[in-house]
Amino acid sequence: MRVMAQMAMVMNLDKCIGCHTCSVTCKQAWTNRAGTEYVWFNNVETRPGLGYPRRYEDQDEWEGGWVRKSNGRLALRAGGRFKKLFSIFSNPKMPSIEDYYEPWTYDYETLVRAPASDTFPVARPKSLLSGENMSIEWSANWDDNLAGSQDHAATDVMLKDIAEKVKLEFEQTFMFYLPRICEHCLNPSCAASCPSGAIYKRSEDGIVLVDQDRCRGWRMCISGCPYKKVYFNHKTGKAEKCTFCYPRIEVGIPTVCSETCVGRLRYIGLMLYDADKVLEAAAVEDDHDLYEAQRSVFLDPNDPEVQRGAEAAGIPLDWVEAAKRSPVWKLINTYKVALPLHPEYRTMPMVWYIPPLSPVVDIIRDTGHDAEDKGNLFAAIEALRIPIGYLANLFTAGDVKPVDSVLRKLAAMRAYMRDINLGGAGDDAIAEAVGMSGSDMYEMFRLLAIAKYDERYVIPTAHAEQAHALEELATDCPVSEYGGGQQDMFGEGSGTPTPVAVENFRMLQDRQTADDMPANPMKGRVNLLNWDGKGRPGGLFPTKGEEEER
Amino acid sequence: MDTFLWVVFPYLCLATFVVGHVWRYRYDKFGWTTRSSQLYENKLLRFGSPLFHFGMLGVVGGHVIGLLVPSSWTAFFGIDDHLYHWIAIVGGLAAGIATVVGMVILIYRRRTVGPVFSATTNMDKVMYAFLGAAIMLGMWNTIAGSLLRFGGEYNYREGVSIWYRSFLAFQPQAELMATAPIGFQLHAFVAFVLFALWPFTRLVHVFSAPLGYLTRPYIVYRSRDTERLGSTRPKRGWDRVG
Repeated sequence: MRVMAQMAMVMNLDKCIGCHTCSVTCKQAWTNRAGTEYVWFNNVETRPGLGYPRRYEDQDEWEGGWVRKSNGRLALRAGGRFKKLFSIFSNPKMPSIEDYYEPWTYDYETLVRAPASDTFPVARPKSLLSGENMSIEWSANWDDNLAGSQDHAATDVMLKDIAEKVKLEFEQTFMFYLPRICEHCLNPSCAASCPSGAIYKRSEDGIVLVDQDRCRGWRMCISGCPYKKVYFNHKTGKAEKCTFCYPRIEVGIPTVCSETCVGRLRYIGLMLYDADKVLEAAAVEDDHDLYEAQRSVFLDPNDPEVQRGAEAAGIPLDWVEAAKRSPVWKLINTYKVALPLHPEYRTMPMVWYIPPLSPVVDIIRDTGHDAEDKGNLFAAIEALRIPIGYLANLFTAGDVKPVDSVLRKLAAMRAYMRDINLGGAGDDAIAEAVGMSGSDMYEMFRLLAIAKYDERYVIPTAHAEQAHALEELATDCPVSEYGGGQQDMFGEGSGTPTPVAVENFRMLQDRQTADDMPANPMKGRVNLLNWDGKGRPGGLFPTKGEEEER
Repeated sequence: MDTFLWVVFPYLCLATFVVGHVWRYRYDKFGWTTRSSQLYENKLLRFGSPLFHFGMLGVVGGHVIGLLVPSSWTAFFGIDDHLYHWIAIVGGLAAGIATVVGMVILIYRRRTVGPVFSATTNMDKVMYAFLGAAIMLGMWNTIAGSLLRFGGEYNYREGVSIWYRSFLAFQPQAELMATAPIGFQLHAFVAFVLFALWPFTRLVHVFSAPLGYLTRPYIVYRSRDTERLGSTRPKRGWDRVG
């Protein structure tokens, strides 16, 4: 047994209202730079829908993740080491910018400078890549709320195996939102695909990171990740991905996406797992067994043997304590209501989801029946094979039994709590029908519905003796050591690294309080998303001199 | 003049090459990348890039054999000059044509595809000029010099190659270069300018060829960097305690 700790997340999809606050705050924190315009470490997809990038789940096309070979061992779906090196000059499976979208801005200058005329001036869209006029045909969230679903969502990869007539009816039947970040997998295929070895999994907390100093831009991680959550910064020529906000996690505060989540649907906590068992579990023969196999890798922090193993592995005591209180552990293992996203990619993802009951509830309510009655809900779960088959394609490699079980628990909780809210004592028979006790059910309700900040985010800090140099606490004298040299000489972004936290904050502060812009950082482009309201990026307004001439 | 051209200047370029790489690596690890533009455009790159790069690997291999292996060694294995040159010309032409075709496709792509063109730095343009010139001069030497025998016969293995080895041994024999045909002289001169530019261009990615990938484990685990936990290096006198 080799005990390792993993920072993990669970999202309760029933509570997601699709507001995209997580995406926007994440973008403001991490990817509001030139070169990452199209990069969304966090995005929210409407399902059924195509996802981002388009149809990323079609691994027959993209060849991400792992496959089990006939000899029972795992291999990268896109081919082994020699094939990777042989195709290094042109990665045959890399998505092009069209599969994401071409980032753009608008020619606002025209609005101000156009001469008086009968027609109103128009700000035309300009590509942020080439600066040319472009027509906007796609973006990160084009099929939001099933927009254009007749054309787009019908080609959702997850609708495979679901009958043709269903496809035509489905948008009347169900819809939900799926927020996605990097899965910080236990067996990350992006890291395995990286020729330079620049992508690593932190041994302390399992966060998967790209070493920006070692990445050489070979692009194999981008095609290797089946979730397409590694992005290519086209200005710096390096791969970038969700960092699980590690500078925040290290000091015990949740990720930006979780912190700002309006629905409070995200849970962060530790999972202890047995690193020796990961490969074995990822290589089980039947795709349907992968969910259970991954659960079997996790270790119970209350087990004394596990605690001794954790101590031997150098995991601090307060981390084990945090693992005991972990809401993620409860949702995955105690209540068994959280499921992994696409276990069939065999990467052992560590961001799990509680599948939504709301599509089922909505249908019952719309038909005029009591949507909180246990009998009605159970019958509906039986009858609504379509949404459940679809959820199973997402979360259990197509096995409907676990999804069925989770939805029954959620339905039972609904009925149980209705009883209590109407003054009843709580009908334990309802809980027992889904294999839970009444008190467990109440505890689960508390965690899912009203858990406070400290219960939703149980994040042990990195250790105090290391605190001196943690990003958010840095006690070094932050006299600038960066920004020297001519950054343009080798292309944008070259030079000594831009720090992620405190120093960056100072730089931003300097920028925001400065009188004028330092040497036009936006390279003549205007992108309102990147613009902090200070200074005047070229082209946004007429120059001062011209104003005075008028 | 010969001493400057074939002794002083090449050593200056070599020194720039070596020191430049050390400096660049220390100063600019973050900028050390292929700067791939595949995200912008894939259809042309799909053909151009493998043609160019595999061709280039062949060209480099040919240069290693031609410049570093003395005639006496190949003669020892029973390869006479005639056979050697036949092999060199066939191999060189194949690799050279692949390189040139690939380069033409890539330069055409770089110029005509908007996003790729606007991502091209000035340093890239300078580098392309010298790289292109070196390749074209090399092709000229192969086709006009060795194949068509313009301007008489010249066996570079008795001239340029010996000079190059003497140069690497720090006992340069400039006269061997001074008597070489102008095509070879120009090729060598342009190549040395390219070597001097090398550390300051995207060509540095050549030294990152990820051969370690073949032997390392798939998943890399790394501990949080205890040497340098923060994003700035601790200052002297601010060493961490504990």
